[in-house]
Order: sequence, then structure tokens, then C-alpha cells
Amino acid sequence: MLSDVLQDLLDEGLPLLGEHLVLVLSAILIASAIAIPLGVAVAANPRWRRIAIGIANIGQTIPSLALFGFLIPIPFIGGIGQHTAIIALVVYALLPILRNTVTGILGVDPAVRDSAVAMGMTDGQILRMVELPLAAPVIISGLRIATVTTIGTATIAAAIGAGGLGVFIFRGIASVDKVQILAGAVPSALLALAADGALSWIEKRWVAA
Amino acid sequence: MSLIEFRQTAFRIGSKSILENFTLAIEPGETVVLLGRSGSGKTTALRLINGMHLPTGGQVLVEGRATTDWDLVRLRRSIGYVIQESGLFPHFTVERNVGLGPRLEGWPDARIAERVGAVLDSVSLPRDDFRARLPKQLSGGQRQRVGVARALAADPKILLFDEPFGALDPVTRLELQREFLRLRAEAGRTSVFVTHDVREAMKLGTRIALLQAGQLVFIGTPAEFQACRIPEARAFLEVFEDGE
Ligand SMILES: Nc1ncnc2c1ncn2[C@@H]1O[C@H](COP(=O)(O)OP(=O)(O)O)[C@@H](O)[C@H]1O
Ligand SMILES: [Mg+2]
Repeated sequence: MLSDVLQDLLDEGLPLLGEHLVLVLSAILIASAIAIPLGVAVAANPRWRRIAIGIANIGQTIPSLALFGFLIPIPFIGGIGQHTAIIALVVYALLPILRNTVTGILGVDPAVRDSAVAMGMTDGQILRMVELPLAAPVIISGLRIATVTTIGTATIAAAIGAGGLGVFIFRGIASVDKVQILAGAVPSALLALAADGALSWIEKRWVAA
Repeated sequence: MSLIEFRQTAFRIGSKSILENFTLAIEPGETVVLLGRSGSGKTTALRLINGMHLPTGGQVLVEGRATTDWDLVRLRRSIGYVIQESGLFPHFTVERNVGLGPRLEGWPDARIAERVGAVLDSVSLPRDDFRARLPKQLSGGQRQRVGVARALAADPKILLFDEPFGALDPVTRLELQREFLRLRAEAGRTSVFVTHDVREAMKLGTRIALLQAGQLVFIGTPAEFQACRIPEARAFLEVFEDGE
């Protein structure tokens, strides 16, 4: 009896876990592809820096259920389904990655940057060989924060038909079924812990090469 | 033709004048010490030579060509630069730090390795002991030696030193000053050396250029400096005579 229930949960849960991972990984990859280059570009300029972080801040202050709702009626980028959810998750993930990229780049010892310039390194060489490797632990820490948050926020994506572990949670709430709620909540919490652990490990072990 | 020449050089930031009407010619093989109080414009003058600053008035010529006409990457690669905190790359081993200039210049690996070994030896850091270390595994004096080795590696015609021994204990400082004189005797490069320490200036300079509030107020040999009557020079000499 009990094992039948578990078997059913597992049969349905594994694909949902897969969907959840796809949501999270796509959102983090896209957010990194935007926020890391943007952070590098604005780091040196206080004005652009404020503007970029200000915009990313606004994104983050919109309540998540509201943001998912806002996006549905928007043509092309909106609608019901996975891509809308990914866009919303990207909006949330931008700020921690952007902020940590800027912090990491600004944290490079000015004497080190100075001597890189004095040695005749080009801007690209300084970025690639000096700034990014030295900023990497701080950037990875931003990725970690973004990933952990996104794993949680992605449970709400089920509300707009994007699937993921939130499907269990919403269905459990609707039918007052604790087992279903836990079947969604426990794996997403474990996933968040695992991501946090793995990325902290990389952050600590990072030896710029 | 002088190797380095300041011609009525001025440098301003906004409306603030940092260096004014600065004229000085430096010949091959010289060690010109820029001496002055802190804030007198020494670092600014040094950075005008390798194009880290460009003059806002007048000119700075290196090998007869204005720094504004140089490809700045090329200019800087032909000039070694040593600063107080050494500015070593904390994530590079000693070997990669020292070999970086030659690597940027596209030297083959074998030649880089040989050169790194030779310059480490020349600053009295036995290559086999130091090659694989990270900067944090070195003492302050060793870091400055690596800084000097790194500046020498690509065999530049000109070396710039910005208070390179300023943060060292007196014993280590003396050792490094002796090292500097020995290296100079061997290699005969042209150096511009910034310090606020008059004893260091007298010991290392073939000529001393005294800066006061962004102006060059004296230029001459250490002996001439010692006989000089300018008040700012007297102020420094009092420190000197008070010493030993
Ligand atoms: N980026 C800057 N902006 C404004 N003033 C500066 C800047 N850099 C240097 N200065 C000023 O220029 C003067 C000379 O500085 P510097 O060349 O570093 O002197 P020194 O090396 O002799 O101590 C100082 O008064 C300093 O405050
Ligand atoms: Mg200075």
C-alpha cells in the first residue's frame, strides 16, 4: 500500500525533478551569460555600475508570483510554459551574479592591476589572466546564491504550467495532501543544499590558474 | 639623443597641477633618482615615462619619440617597472610571474625557462628553491627581489623603480641596495629611481633630481647635491647629515 504510493510518487517525481533541473540550469546559464560580461563591463565606471545594479535590483523586488503572472500576456516572450518561467528565473538570478562579479573585479589589488598595465598587458589579457581568475571565488559565490534561490523560486513555475517539483506542491495544497506537498518540498530543499555544498566546495578549492 | 627626455612637461588632473614645466634629459647608463617629499610628484613623473600618464602639456620622449606617438603596449614592454608592494600576481608562481614579460613577447618556452632561471640567480634567489613558490610563500625582501627579476626578464633598456625598498626592514633594504649597485655595474641599464630617502638617493643615484610641489628644483650629481644651497635640498641634507 505505502510502497505503491511511493512508487507512484517516484514515477511521477523523477521527470518533475528533471524538469526542475532544466529550469534551474537554463536560468543560471542565461543569467551568467548576461550578468558576468555586464559586471565586467560596468565594474570600472561608478555611474554605469549604479545603473546596472539598480535595474537588476528592480527585477529582484517584483514578487515572484506576480512576475510570472505579468509575463503570461506578453507576446513572444510570455505565455504559458517553460520558457516564460525561465525568463522570470533569469530576472531573479541576475542580481547576485552581477553584484558579485562587480565586487570581485573591484576587489583585485590595484597594485596588481597597475603592474599588469605597466608590463604592457592588453585590456583583454588583464581581464583573462589577472582579473577574472582573482575574482573567480567571489563570482562563484554569486552563482551559488543565485542557484540556491532559483531552485526555490522554480517551484512557483508550476503555477504557469512550467512543470518542476512545484507541481507536487501546488497539487498537494489544492487537495490538502501532505504527502504530495512533502514530495515537492523535500527534494527541492535537498537539491538546494546539494547545490550550495557543491558550489561552496568549488569556491573554497578555487586556485586561480 | 637622450634615452628619456621631459620637455616642459606638465600634468594636470582637472584644474589641479601635479607637475609643472618639468624639463630633464636622461642619458643611457644613468641612474637618475627622483627625490622629494611625499606628494611632490615623483610617481607622476615616473608614470609619464611608461605612458601610464600622458602629459597634458609639453612632451615626454622615449628613444626620441613622444609617448603620445608610441604604441603604449610596445612602450611598456620595453620598460621594466618595480613598485613598493611588488605588485606580483598572487595566483602565479614565481616562475610565471618572472616569465610573463617574455611570454607576452612570444619567446619560446625553453628560452623563457632559461631566462627565468638566470634572472632569479642574478637577484640571489636560487632558481630551484624559488621557481615553484607563490608570492605569499616569500618574505617581503624576497618578493621585492622577484619584482626586480620580473622587471629584468624581458631585457628592457629602461628600468623604473617606485620606492621599491620602502617597505623593507633596514637590513634587508641595505642588502637590496647593494644588489642594485651590483646589478647596475653588470648590466649598465638606464634606471629612474623614486625615493623620499635621501641616503638611498645619495647611494644609488648617478644624478639626483629634486622635486618640490611638482617642480624640478635641482638636478646634479650627489656631490653637487651635497653642496647645494636650495632650501629644499638643505632640508633633505639635514636629514642626511643627522644620520651617520
Ligand atoms: N588621481 C589623482 N587625482 C588627484 N590628485 C592626484 C592623483 N594622483 C596624484 N595626485 C596628487 O598629485 C600629487 C603628486 O602625487 P605623486 O606623484 O603620487 O607624488 P609622490 O609620488 O611624490 O608622493 C599629490 O599631491 C597627489 O595628491
Ligand atoms: Mg609616490
